[in-house]
Amino acid sequence: MSGERDPIIRVRALRNVFGTQVVHDGLELEVRKGEVLGVIGGSGAGKSVLLRSIVGLKHPDGGSIEVFGEDVTHLSDEQRRPFERRYGVMFQDGALFSSLTVLENVKVPLLEYYDLPQPLLDDLALLKIRLTGLPTDAAHKYPAQLSGGMRKRAGLARALALDPELLFLDEPTSGLDPIGAARFDELIRTLSNALHLTVFLVTHDLDSLYAICDRVAVLADGRMIVTDRVEAVERHDHPWIRDCFRGPRARGARGAEPTPHPA
Amino acid sequence: MSAFSLEGGSVLAVRGPWTLAQAAALSAPLEELLLRTRPRALILQADQLSALDTAGALVILRALERAGVALQAVEYRGMRDADRALLELVAERREHEAAADAVEVGLRALVERTGAATLSIARQTRELLGFVGLVLVTLAQVLIGRRRLRLTATVHHMEQTGLDAVPIVALLTFLVGAVVAFLGATVLADFGASIFTVELVAYSFLREFGVLLTAILLAGRSGSAFTAQIGSMKAREELDAIRTLGLDAIELLVIPRLLALLVMLPALTFIAMLMGILGGGVVGVLVLDISPGMYLTRLNEMTEIRHFWVGMIKAPVFAFLVAIVGCLEGFKVEGSAESVGRHTTSSVVQAIFLVILFDALFAIFFMEIGL
Repeated sequence: MSGERDPIIRVRALRNVFGTQVVHDGLELEVRKGEVLGVIGGSGAGKSVLLRSIVGLKHPDGGSIEVFGEDVTHLSDEQRRPFERRYGVMFQDGALFSSLTVLENVKVPLLEYYDLPQPLLDDLALLKIRLTGLPTDAAHKYPAQLSGGMRKRAGLARALALDPELLFLDEPTSGLDPIGAARFDELIRTLSNALHLTVFLVTHDLDSLYAICDRVAVLADGRMIVTDRVEAVERHDHPWIRDCFRGPRARGARGAEPTPHPA
Repeated sequence: MSAFSLEGGSVLAVRGPWTLAQAAALSAPLEELLLRTRPRALILQADQLSALDTAGALVILRALERAGVALQAVEYRGMRDADRALLELVAERREHEAAADAVEVGLRALVERTGAATLSIARQTRELLGFVGLVLVTLAQVLIGRRRLRLTATVHHMEQTGLDAVPIVALLTFLVGAVVAFLGATVLADFGASIFTVELVAYSFLREFGVLLTAILLAGRSGSAFTAQIGSMKAREELDAIRTLGLDAIELLVIPRLLALLVMLPALTFIAMLMGILGGGVVGVLVLDISPGMYLTRLNEMTEIRHFWVGMIKAPVFAFLVAIVGCLEGFKVEGSAESVGRHTTSSVVQAIFLVILFDALFAIFFMEIGL
């Protein structure tokens, strides 16, 4: 398809300021349809603020943000609704509603937007839970009864509830053990292929970058230093990138085989 | 052109978008069609399928399942590879599904829940008594000097639970005092006995309302605060940190709060009694034409000091109940912020319940001994 490489998100000259602290200044970014883009940067570099700006949780102090080809920078909450149905967000610790079971959590957006017959609704919600690799009996548990990794998967199930085209993941592998993190990477890869998702991934896990990202964007000094394939990014000579990709923790990640994928 | 049709008995042609938005409308008719025709094998003609998502795939799979068509017996025609992969992924993940567990209703569930509730009451009572014992032992150890008294913390809590509560306690009891006086005046005026309003206000505030209102207010204000403070510490593993540092959570957190309430609740009760009587007095002067001098004289002559002591002696008991319940509920918090909220509510309800229960027991006791 010719539209396969069209930008699905376009951020231009984004500026974000907290008090006197400038987080983003002239940030430019394009996310192409169907790709997995990894955004990496040091702690406090503003990765999460960028994600929050794009999904509309933070109003940018300057610049413009286009999602699905439309400028959403100055839209009211009401005008944003139709866009919000088309993307899913997974927060760092799942952000599940603690008074609802996992199944009920997944049903929340489905009930809000669609009028489905009860058996189909149950079946669909359960399917999302199964898609994220959770066992069926986890569906009737409350978030407090789940481990951190399972909560993340449940958060992903809720993000996938409306079959979004665009998926935002905020540090999906943080706090997971290396095996759990690798499994989660694999899951994201599988789902992004099968469900034709575009994934915007905020991380500081180098393994994830090598394993699942089509392109990597490095956020430092308030802007995108470089956005390219990971092999090209690691050769960049910005000091932060040098420290990050050639530091002691990078060796293992670089050795990892990138998961093959059709793209 | 409808979204699907069965051609020649075995070719199911699907057209247009099959996504979440269409799922509700497509689900029932498709199932109905397949159930009616019951094809043994099926060819899925999908060259006009414009979009498929998990919901659409699920609708197709559910219909096939209900009609008893095995997915292996389905032949795809003109379906995009991506859509077919999605269909197969959904089918694969559905395979291991167990039926969703049904909620049990009926007599058995009723008996079960009654039993569980009874056991839970018994367990809670035992926990409360165990905690009381633990706190009393620690308190004794503090008194004989084997453990330290955390003076700074105690004074801090005295300020928070006592001094800061003075305005609300004073205002509230003043208002209730005025209300009781109005009530008395309304009833007693019929007998020409308005002057007895003085006794009514004095007796009720000295014996009951002063201490009861203060205890209930502090249960809502300080007992809940104790639960929330200790509970959020528990949720953030601070209590575990206290233990690993070789400190004692009871000594550090409970004793200062308990002592603060034991001192401040009687003090606030005293203020409450004064303000209640003052409120009654204001109504007496303004509405009932009882002069201030008259009010005070009658108060002095007709009210014995024993009524004051009957009220006052209950104050430390109520303080103990509110502090113990507040702290214990805090220790019961597990993990989440939601749990903090639940136990805070439970702490207030239990504390008020116990305060009123003990007040009733005291009333019977004082009546029996003729006080």
